[in-house]
Amino acid sequence: MENIQLQVSGLIKRFGTETVLNGIDLSVRKGEVVVVLGPSGCGKSTLLRCMNGLEPKSAGTILLDGEEVTSDSKKIAQLRQKIGMVFQSYDLFPHKNIMDNITLAPVKVQKRSKKEVEQDAERLLKRVGLWEKRKAYPRELSGGQKQRVAIIRALCMNPEVMLFDEVTAALDPEMVREVLDVILELAESGMTMVIVTHEMQFARAIADRIIFLDNGKIVENSPPELFFTNPQTQRAKDFLQTFAYEKRRTAIN
Amino acid sequence: MQDSGISVLFMGSNFLRLLEGLWVTLRISLIAVILSIPLGILFGMFMTLKNPISKAVSRVYLEFIRIMPQLVLLFIAYFGVTRAFGWNLSADASAIIVFVLWGTAEMGDLVRGALISIPKHQYDSASALGMTKIQTFIYVVVPQTMRRLIPLTINLTTRMIKTTSLVVLIGMTEVLKVGKQIIDANRFEYPTAALWIYGVIFLLYFLACWPISILAKKLEKRWR
Repeated sequence: MENIQLQVSGLIKRFGTETVLNGIDLSVRKGEVVVVLGPSGCGKSTLLRCMNGLEPKSAGTILLDGEEVTSDSKKIAQLRQKIGMVFQSYDLFPHKNIMDNITLAPVKVQKRSKKEVEQDAERLLKRVGLWEKRKAYPRELSGGQKQRVAIIRALCMNPEVMLFDEVTAALDPEMVREVLDVILELAESGMTMVIVTHEMQFARAIADRIIFLDNGKIVENSPPELFFTNPQTQRAKDFLQTFAYEKRRTAIN
Repeated sequence: MQDSGISVLFMGSNFLRLLEGLWVTLRISLIAVILSIPLGILFGMFMTLKNPISKAVSRVYLEFIRIMPQLVLLFIAYFGVTRAFGWNLSADASAIIVFVLWGTAEMGDLVRGALISIPKHQYDSASALGMTKIQTFIYVVVPQTMRRLIPLTINLTTRMIKTTSLVVLIGMTEVLKVGKQIIDANRFEYPTAALWIYGVIFLLYFLACWPISILAKKLEKRWR
């Protein structure tokens, strides 16, 4: 396996006495899109948060481009410039307008010129149709718009890997699409991504590989077609069944 | 209009004396406010530390200042400390010390409240963008904290200006005391003077506090 961008081995994470991640081994190739699925509380979000050091790990190693993701605060700030992350909550900075939200970190952290960053921001904002909103404040935007800005804000750091943590979970259904389209486009452009989501159709469409997590362990690791049509484990079958059940109910209504 | 109380105001140097009294009030409160705000900010940050000892110390200080009426604190500083340690503290100095201690405690608690009200995901998203702790604090936490603090700080400032009228009781002649002297001196000739003098004092207090409120409104609007 060549071109490994992100390598997780033997990752263990405990909160107090509770073991949330119990020995995760996972490698993500350059340009690969890995979707992490699993019941709530199975440790999906924690896995992502460990990957960029927001959560200090209890044991194991995580390598990004061969560099260890440590909890050393100076080094990790350096490393995080290579790994963008977007969260479920709309986490824009409320005191800055859209343009300033996007340019803050590239200018202050990477010391790039404001002009250059603004050009990048312009190109990206235009691509997602939010250029007109550059002077607006986050509170004036819808959830879907805020989430698209959050993605652009992360992209303007020119990361090599992007992590998406249930980015559509807090959105109204009709806004989910506009956000997922941006992520789909990113996938086409060859960005390496690890995505946690509950949108099964989306997962099936975007993933190169599905990781199914249960009780802090990887239970399945397979291509999306195989996972969705013929899951290998009973737990994955049960999990997929819950979505089918939900579908039937909405059909009756 | 011969015996109208308002003429008292313009007799001799009465009005000037009132203004001098106002200056005593304002000087003490301004010094106290100017010292309390930075000290309070530091104290507020100190209070958010996770260390149990620093927590206990700040808790005791805050509760002591809060529970004690300001008048009692003034008496302790002016009469008590002077007696106990033989320091010759002037009324001026005691007043400033007490109001700074009080202002620091109150301001500190406001800062603490504003700091812990910044949601955790603001820290997370700043870290995820590669910002260090210091950068997160400067560019993300402080500006948001400031916006939350403005109305609270203004409220505290005007409260401090008004509360300085207590310094009368440790022998300082501030605006209210001057007013009382003027009223007493003219009690028989101008019985209605009290209404006018107190009315003017009300106006003076209003003029002292109003610009601060306007400033606050402007800042709030600009920083939304």
